[in-house]
Parts: sequence; structure tokens; C-alpha cells
Amino acid sequence: MRVAEHLNEALHTLLAADPSVHVLGEDITDPYGGAFKITKGLSTRFGDRVVSTPLSEGGIVGVGAGLALAGDRAIVEIMFGDFAALAFDQLLNFASKSTAMYGRQVPIPLIVRCPTGGRRGYGPTHSQSPQKHFIGMPGLALYELSPFHDAHALLTDMFARQAPCVLFEDKVLYTRRICRDGVVDDLFRFELTGGWARVYADGDLPPDCVIIAPGGLADRALEAMRELLIEHEITCVLLVPGRLYPLEVAPVLDLLRSAGTVCVAEDGTAGGTWGAEVARLLHPALWDTLSGPIRLVSGADSVIPTAPHLEREVIVQADTIRKAVLA
Amino acid sequence: MIGATEERVRDLTPVADADLERMLRIRYFERALLRLFERGQLNGTTHTCLGQEHVPVAVTGLLDPEDFVFSNHRGHGHFLARYDEPHALLAEIMGREGALCNGVGGSQHIFHERFLSTGVQGESLPVAVGVALRLKRTAPGRLACAYIGDGTWGEGSVYEALNMAQLWRAPLLVVVEHNRIAQSTPTTVQMAGTVAGRAAAFGVLHHRVDAVDVNVIRAELAPLLARARSESRPVVAEIAVHRLGPHSKGDDTRTSEELREAAEHDWHPRYAAAFPEQFARLEEEQRAFVERVVDDVMIRPLSAWERP
Repeated sequence: MRVAEHLNEALHTLLAADPSVHVLGEDITDPYGGAFKITKGLSTRFGDRVVSTPLSEGGIVGVGAGLALAGDRAIVEIMFGDFAALAFDQLLNFASKSTAMYGRQVPIPLIVRCPTGGRRGYGPTHSQSPQKHFIGMPGLALYELSPFHDAHALLTDMFARQAPCVLFEDKVLYTRRICRDGVVDDLFRFELTGGWARVYADGDLPPDCVIIAPGGLADRALEAMRELLIEHEITCVLLVPGRLYPLEVAPVLDLLRSAGTVCVAEDGTAGGTWGAEVARLLHPALWDTLSGPIRLVSGADSVIPTAPHLEREVIVQADTIRKAVLA
Repeated sequence: MIGATEERVRDLTPVADADLERMLRIRYFERALLRLFERGQLNGTTHTCLGQEHVPVAVTGLLDPEDFVFSNHRGHGHFLARYDEPHALLAEIMGREGALCNGVGGSQHIFHERFLSTGVQGESLPVAVGVALRLKRTAPGRLACAYIGDGTWGEGSVYEALNMAQLWRAPLLVVVEHNRIAQSTPTTVQMAGTVAGRAAAFGVLHHRVDAVDVNVIRAELAPLLARARSESRPVVAEIAVHRLGPHSKGDDTRTSEELREAAEHDWHPRYAAAFPEQFARLEEEQRAFVERVVDDVMIRPLSAWERP
């Protein structure tokens, strides 16, 4: 099963189980079923709980927050994560703040889903990974889809917070197979522990290096790990958190202490990155065990060009990660 | 002169004690805040609704306890018209025990029962649409009411919200307190066209009231609210008012002529002249009452907040 179908199935399950769940988004109803088909079949099955909206990202996130404030649960799909910029005020100044600024906990169960990432040739305004712009808003949690995490479990976890969450979903990841039963491929295995996926080569040898990356990077990280193992005899473990922010590092600290090299990879542009935030959390805890500073891999400080040969130059490739580990 | 609206002159209709009392309470509450600021006893900022007190008093008379009210930066009147809890509001503004939101929200961020104010212009309207849609489903006949100003119409969220509300038939009452000035900028300089024209563009019902008479405002708005409730649709109620005081405090750049014009349209002297005995009695009551509220809240210990 592909990740897109898996997420679609998770949404079906969620709506079937809870009549208070409403989904809003542009072009999400059947027969179109959303730009990436993630909401396919939902409107046919759940009727007016699934609404195709005007092109009003700020407005629909506000409506979702209103539904959530009044007692419903709302999921808002932003067609391209880039357009979440138009909903920034509702997320920063209303939804996240309102959970605390009235002096008590106000439940606002709202999930904003954002397809992200390049490698599809959509160009500068349809290819970004805007995760870093949403880091550090009190009351807002950030999640990212991965091939390892169960989408329904992630969505359930987000609603359980009773506070707004953004779920980032890599567009190429949609087309990848989900990994189940601890098996990734012929070489790699995985396990879920404390919200993290730990991906390791069969045999589970102590790693030389730990790579930390959001789910959208998983394919490239694994490709890098395969080459590092086979060509360079360097054993890597990949750690993928389901929740990017706030990041809970305690469950993986022991593993991180066992490796001298830690590398954090992400798709956003350079500067003020998620990786810098991860390094900030990890450096004090790993100071004595690291062989050097945590290595940070991100997209270039650049717009994302449309032509594939130019896009490749600025977006993180497997080779970018491989080189960072070897450096 | 700001704007071109000339209020129709007419005699005031007899006013209920409860209405006049509430208008006067809001007036004295706001005056008390400015006085406390002058003495350095208030922190931060505040936006008083001097000259606009009659609007929330009129509107609140048409609201149901189950209706959800969204308020804005100039929201003390909206709150005081709906809730008999001036102590709690002042405690919130002063960060004292018994505050509505433990002193975290302050003047412009209040959430109490079915009343929520927030400080970014236009932001509440899409949220109000969401709440209205929920009410339509779970409590038919109830509505979401959002107070905004003429300046708010510069925000795109207003149009996104009106569009969705009309498309999806959300029972939404938008109350526009058109005070002809956005902070320091005359509305003639910041708004092309009219509120009526903008509402019409979405097919949203609109009614403008040009009166200070609380009964007249209520009577003119009652059919509009009835349609919002029974037909489940958004409506815009525009009420022409004059902001008597500064935007916040001591930041009024209007000319003395403009200020005189605003004062001429104030409900306060008109009600005083029309109903001298009733007015004098209630004014004295409320003046003394608000003074006691201030004295009571001033000596309270500081509010406590457990940070999440």
C-alpha cells in the first residue's frame, strides 16, 4: 500500500469513528478527491462533513478553528504547504494562542494538513518545505508523515492534544510504499519506540552514525545509509520522529550516546532550521559522546527552481546526506 | 469633518432603566479606565468605547444566552452589556484576583462563557463562521455575533468569511460599529465604496442604522436578526456611531472641530436632556457603583496563572 492510500484510509477510519470530525479544503470532495487524492471517497461516504471550500486558506483554517472551539474536531487540508503562509495569522495569533491566552486551557482540536517538498517540478511556490516557519509557536505542535508511522495513530495523537497541530506530508512520500511489520526492504528493518521510528540494517550492529530526519527524507536517508554501509562500511541508524515540534529526545538519547556522529537532515531551506533546533536540544546531552558537532543538512539557501536539473542542485539528495556523514 | 453621514434628528423614545443603566455603567467604566491610566495605575493599553456604549446595549437585547459573541480590541462595552460582571473585567484589565482570564488576556483577549474577544483585526470572522456552522447543526436558531469596526473592512479575512458564510448559510451576525475613523485614519481615506456595497457583493443582507436611540436600533435590527436565525444566513448590521474618545489613550489627533462634531452626536447629553430625572438617578447610581468596583478591585491581590 502507498502512503497516500494509507493516509486516505486513516481519514476514513477517523471520520467513521467520530461524527464530530469535519474536513475542509480546496477541491477535496469527490470525484476530484483532493489535488493528491488524500481525501478521495470521504465526501461520498460522509456527506457534508467533508467540504470543498473557496480558495481562502486563512479563512478555512479560521473556520476549522471555530468548529474546534465550539466542540467539533476539524481537519483542514492546505492544497500545497506553501499556501499555509496565507493561514499564518490564524495559526499564530488565533488557534495556537487561544489554547492558553485566556488564562486556562481552551481545547482547539484542529489539524492542518500540508503537502510539502519538491522533486515534482512544481517550481518555487509549490515545492517548499515550510516546517521551520512554524517552529516555536506556543501551543502549536508539528508532525510529519513517514513510511513507518501509522497515519491513524498520528492523527489520533494530534487530536488528543486538544490543541492545533500541523501535519506535513511529503508529496513524493505519498507515492512510496508504507513499511510494516518491522521490514523496510532487503537490508533495513525498523521499530517504533516512543514516537520515533528507528531504522537499522539487518543484524542491528552498534551504529557509527545516527541520522535524524523527518519522514519526507526517509527514502533519501535510506539510500545514503545503504551506500555508506556497502561502499564505506559505515553503519548508520535512521531516527524519524512522528512529531517534529516540540521534539521529545529522551526516548532516543541512549542510542544517540552510542554513536560518535549525529547528522540531522531536512528539506527546508538553510538558515533558522529545524535541524538547528534539534542540535540545540542534543548538544548539551551528547557533549561528552560526540566526536564533533552535530552535522546539519538542509536545502540550499535558494528558491526551488522548476527545471529538474536545477531543482536537484538545491534540494537535499541521498548524496548530500552521504557526504555529510563522510565529512 | 469626517465622513458625510448626517444623523437624522429625532426625539428619543422612552428608555428602560435597565438599558440606560447599562449604557451609563459602560460610560463610567471606560472613564474610570482612562482615569486609572492617567494616574499610572493601569498597565499596557486599552481601547475605550466612549460614544458607542448604546450599540452593544441595543444588540445584547436581541441576543440569546446561547448565541456566541466575538468581540474585538474595543470590547469592554460588548462584555459589560452582556454580563453583569464589571469586577471580573476590571480585574482582568488590572491583573487582579477574580480576573476573567487570570490577567493573561487583558483588555482585548477575553473568553468568558460564550464571549470571546481577540486583538487582531478581522481574525475573528472566519472563526465566527466555524462557530456559526456548529450552532446551525446543534442549536438551530442560535447565531454567532461578531463585532467589528469600519477599519476592519480593510482585512481580507472579512471577505473570505462573508463569502463562506453566505455560501454555507452560516447564521452569522456581523455588527459594524462604524465610527468613521480607524485609529487615526478617517474612513474616507481608508475605505473605497461602502459597507453596504461590500455586503451586497456577497448577497449578504445588510441594514444600516443611523440613530443613538437604543430602542430604535433594536427595532430596526430585530427583523434582520430574525432572518439570520430563521433562514440561517449571515447578516451585516451597520450602526453609525461617533468615537468620542481617543483610539487608545491620549492619541487623538482629530481637530477640535472634529471632536466637537463627535461630541454633538454623543447619546449621553441627549439622553440627559430627554429624561433628566431618570438619567440623573441612574447616572448617580452607576457612577457610585463603578467607583466601588474600582475601589474593590484595586485592593485585590495580583492574579495567578499556571502556565501550560
